[in-house]
Amino acid sequence: MARSQFCSFYLDKLLFGVELHGVQEVMRSLDMTQVPLAPDVVSGLINLRGQIVTAVDLRRRLELGPAPPGTRPMNVVVRSGDGAMSLVVDQIGDVVEVDEDTFEAPPETLRGLVRSMILGVHKLDKQLLHVLDVEKACEMTDRADANHTAAN
Amino acid sequence: MGENDIINDFLVESYENLDRLDRDLVGLEKNPNDREALAGIFRTIHTIKGTCGFLGFNKLEKVAHVGENLLSRLRDGQLALSPAITTALLGMVDAVREMLKKIETTGQDGENDYPELRETLTRLQQGQGESPSGQRPVAAPDPPASSVADAAKASVEVPPPSPKPSAKASAPQKPATAEHEARGEGMGGRAVSDSTVRVNVALLERVMNLVGELVLARNQVLQFANRVKDTGFVAATQRLNLITTELQEGIMKTRMQPIGNIWDQFPRTVRDVALGCKKEVGIEMEGKDTELDKTIIEAIKDPLTHLVRNSVDHGIELPADRIAAGKPRAGRLVLRAFHEGGQVNIEIIDDGGGLNVERIRKKAVERGVVSGEQAARMSEREIFNLIFLPGFSTAEKVTNVSGRGVGMDVVKTNVEKIGGTVDMQSVAGQGTTVRVKIPLTLAIIPALVVTCSEERYAIPQVSLLELVRLEADKVASGIELVHGAPVYRLRGRLLPLVYLNRELHLAQGGNEGSHKSESTAKPAREDAVNIVVLQADERQFGLVVDQINDTEEIVVKPLRKQLKTLKTFAGSSIMGDGKVALILDVLGLAQRANVVTEARDRSLAEKTEETAEAGEKQTFLLFAGPGDSRMAIPLAILARLEEFPVAQVEMSGSQWVAQYRGQILPLIRLNTVLEERRKRLKDVTALPHTEAGPIQVLVLNHERQMFGLVVERIIDIVDDRAEVRSPATRPCVLYSVVIGERVTELLDIPAILLAAGGAVSSMPAASRVAEMGR
Repeated sequence: MARSQFCSFYLDKLLFGVELHGVQEVMRSLDMTQVPLAPDVVSGLINLRGQIVTAVDLRRRLELGPAPPGTRPMNVVVRSGDGAMSLVVDQIGDVVEVDEDTFEAPPETLRGLVRSMILGVHKLDKQLLHVLDVEKACEMTDRADANHTAAN
Repeated sequence: MGENDIINDFLVESYENLDRLDRDLVGLEKNPNDREALAGIFRTIHTIKGTCGFLGFNKLEKVAHVGENLLSRLRDGQLALSPAITTALLGMVDAVREMLKKIETTGQDGENDYPELRETLTRLQQGQGESPSGQRPVAAPDPPASSVADAAKASVEVPPPSPKPSAKASAPQKPATAEHEARGEGMGGRAVSDSTVRVNVALLERVMNLVGELVLARNQVLQFANRVKDTGFVAATQRLNLITTELQEGIMKTRMQPIGNIWDQFPRTVRDVALGCKKEVGIEMEGKDTELDKTIIEAIKDPLTHLVRNSVDHGIELPADRIAAGKPRAGRLVLRAFHEGGQVNIEIIDDGGGLNVERIRKKAVERGVVSGEQAARMSEREIFNLIFLPGFSTAEKVTNVSGRGVGMDVVKTNVEKIGGTVDMQSVAGQGTTVRVKIPLTLAIIPALVVTCSEERYAIPQVSLLELVRLEADKVASGIELVHGAPVYRLRGRLLPLVYLNRELHLAQGGNEGSHKSESTAKPAREDAVNIVVLQADERQFGLVVDQINDTEEIVVKPLRKQLKTLKTFAGSSIMGDGKVALILDVLGLAQRANVVTEARDRSLAEKTEETAEAGEKQTFLLFAGPGDSRMAIPLAILARLEEFPVAQVEMSGSQWVAQYRGQILPLIRLNTVLEERRKRLKDVTALPHTEAGPIQVLVLNHERQMFGLVVERIIDIVDDRAEVRSPATRPCVLYSVVIGERVTELLDIPAILLAAGGAVSSMPAASRVAEMGR
C-alpha cells in the first residue's frame, strides 16, 4: 500500500501538511525584511545562507485571521517552481506517515480561494490533516492584487 | 588531443570566421574591388573545406568546395561581384553554419547536401566569366615559384570553363600575396593566441558568483572591523577590502565585450531585410568598441536585431517615396553606442518617414488599448510609446519581417528585464530614434543605503545626483508647498520632494512617530530632513528618507517573479549584517510618485501659444496682476517663483533689474506694459518705494530668455481645460478664460516682451554688467 510522508504544522489549531520531499528545511523565524506595497500575504524576505527567500504568511493566504499574540512563527522552507519559498506557520508538528486510503477530497461545501489550495484531507485518528497544494499556496496574488496584475 | 577536441576547435574557429564572412561579404558588395577582403573570404572557406575534408564531413566539404570555386574566380578577377553572387555566397555561409550546428549537436554534418545551392553556385561560377578578366593587362612579372605552386593549388579544383591563359597569368600577384598573408596571419594568430586564453563561460560565471559572495563577506568583515580595536585586524581588513575591489573590477572586465560583437551581423540583417522589401539602406555604426557585460550583450541581441529590422521595414521608405520627399534614394540607418553616467546608451536612428501619430492614436482606440478620450489627451511621446504595448502594430501590411503585432512589446520587456529602458522619438517625415538605455552590468552595483521606517533600502548610484541635509531649524523654511506638493529650492530651482515612507505606505519612523499629520503634506517634524536628489528619466526629484547610511557595493539578486510586478523595487540584496534590503527602482518610484509625467515633460521652450491653444488640460499659474486682476500663465514657461526685497531692485536705464544667480534679471512690471494710458504713470521709471514689502517675481524662461515678471501676489497652480474663452480686451493678453470658475486673463508672453522693449531681449549680458558697474 502506498504510504506517503508529510511535514505537518499547525495554523489556528488546524493541522496542515505538505509532502515531505518538497520541504527543504524548517527554521525558527529569521530576520525578515518587509516588502512595502507587496500583496499582504507576503511576510517579507529572508536571507537563507546567501539565498533570498520570499516568505508567505499562510494565515493570510488561507484567510485565517491574525495569529494570537505570543506566537513564535516558524518558517517551513519549501521548494517551489520558482525557487525556494518559506511558508510562515504557527507551530511545527511531526512528520506524519499516512496511507493513501485515508485520503478524501475536500467536501463540496468548502468554497472560495481556500478550496484551490487544499488538495484534500487525510483522516488521522484524532484529527484531519489538510494537504496543502504548495504551488497554489505560494502564489502571491491576493484578491486586490489579482486585479492589479491583470491590469498590467 | 582527442578527435572531439579537434572538432570543437574547428567549430569554434569556424563560427568566428563565419561571423566575419557575413560582414566581409556585405562590405565587399559596397566595395567590390577590395581584393584583400575577397582573399580573406576565400581563405576562410578554403580552411573550412580543408579541415572538414580531413575530419570526414563530406557534405560540408562539397558545399564549401563549390563556394570556394566561385570565390577563386572572383578573386582572380574572372568574375565580377553581383548581388546574385553575394546572395548565393551568403546562402552558402548559412548552409555551412547550419551544418556546423548539426556537427555540434550530432557529430555528423547531416543529410542535406544542399543540391540547389551548389547548383546555383556552380551556375554563377560558369556564367559571364571571361569578359572582365579578358581586359586585364598581362602585367605581372614571373612570380616566385612557391607562389605559383600555391596559386595553382588553390585553383586546382576550378573546372576551367574557358580559361584564357592570359587571365590566369594576369592575376598571380594577388593570390600569391593572399596565400602569403594567409600563412603570415597564421603565424601572427599563434602569437595572439599565446596572450589570450579561451575560457569556458560557465567557469567564468562561477567565478563571478564567487566574487559576488566574496564582496558580501568583505562587507560583513568591514562592519565587524568597525567594532574591533585591534589595529592589526583593521589593517588586514583594509587590505582585504582593496584586493576584493580590484578582484571584482578585474573579473568584471573579463566579462566585458564590445557591442560590435553583436553589431557585426547587422549589415547583413539590414541588407537582407532591405532587399526583401526592395529598399536601399546604408548602415553606419558609431561606438562599436563600447563595452558591455556579456550577459547584457546576450540579452540585448534579440531586441536590437528586432529594432534594426523594424527600422528598415517600417522606418525607411521605398526609394521612390524617398525621392518624392526630397531625400536621398538610399535610407540611412545609424547605430550609436556610448557610455553615459554608468549606463550604456544605444541609439537606432533612421531617416525614414517617422511615426504617424494619428495612425497610432486611431489604432490604439480601435484595439481598445485606450479610450478615445484618453487618446485625445495623450501627448506625442505617450502615443509613440503605445507601440510598445502587446499586440500593437501599425504596419499596414504584414511582411515576413514585422507587422505581426509581436515584437515591440517583447523588445520592451526584454530590455526592462535587464534594468534598461526603451524610448521612442520621432519627427514625421524626418525619421525615428529609438533609444535603449541599459546598465553596464547587472551583478554588482554601487548603491547608496538609506533607512526609512527602520528598514534599509539601496538606491543604485547611477540615479544619484547629490545629498542634501536640512538641519532641523531649516526644515520649516526650506520645504515649501506648491499647492500642497512639497518642494525644496535647490540652488534656486524647485525640486519636487517625494517622501519614501509615504510612497511605500510605511509607518512613520520611530523618531518622528508623534506627527501623524498626513493630511497636510508639509511635514511638521522637528528633525533634520535628508534629501536624496535623484534623476529619473531627465527629471530630478528629492527623495526624503529618515537616514542616509553609506555607499556600498551590493550584489543584486532578482526578486521572485510575482514580486516583480512591484515597479518600485529593482531587486534585493544582502547587507553586511546578513539582513535583506530592497533595491529601489528609481524610475518606478518616480512614476509612482508622479514625478515623471508627461505634463511636466513639456520643454520650457514650447511656445506659449501652442500650449494655450491645445484643448487638453493644462497647468496654469494663477496670480494677481495690477489692480488685483486675476491672471494666468502656463506653468510650463515658469522657471521659478522668487521674492526680491525692494533693496535688491536696481535700475538699468529705465529698466528694473535684479542681480540673480550671477546674472542680471530684467524685471518687467505688468502695470507698465498693460496700462493703455501709460503716460499717466509718472513713476514709471522710479524704483519701488523702499517702505514697500518684497516684490513677487515670476522668473520666466521664454525661448531661452530669462526675465522676471513682477506681480502683486501668487494665487495658485491649477489644472484646467480653459475651454470657455473670450477675446482679449487689452494688449498683451491672449484672451480671457474661465479658470477655476473665475474669469482670468491669460497673458501673451511674447507680446509682453515686445511691449517691454528691446532692452530686455537684445541687451547682451556683458553690456548690462558694464552698465551696472557705473
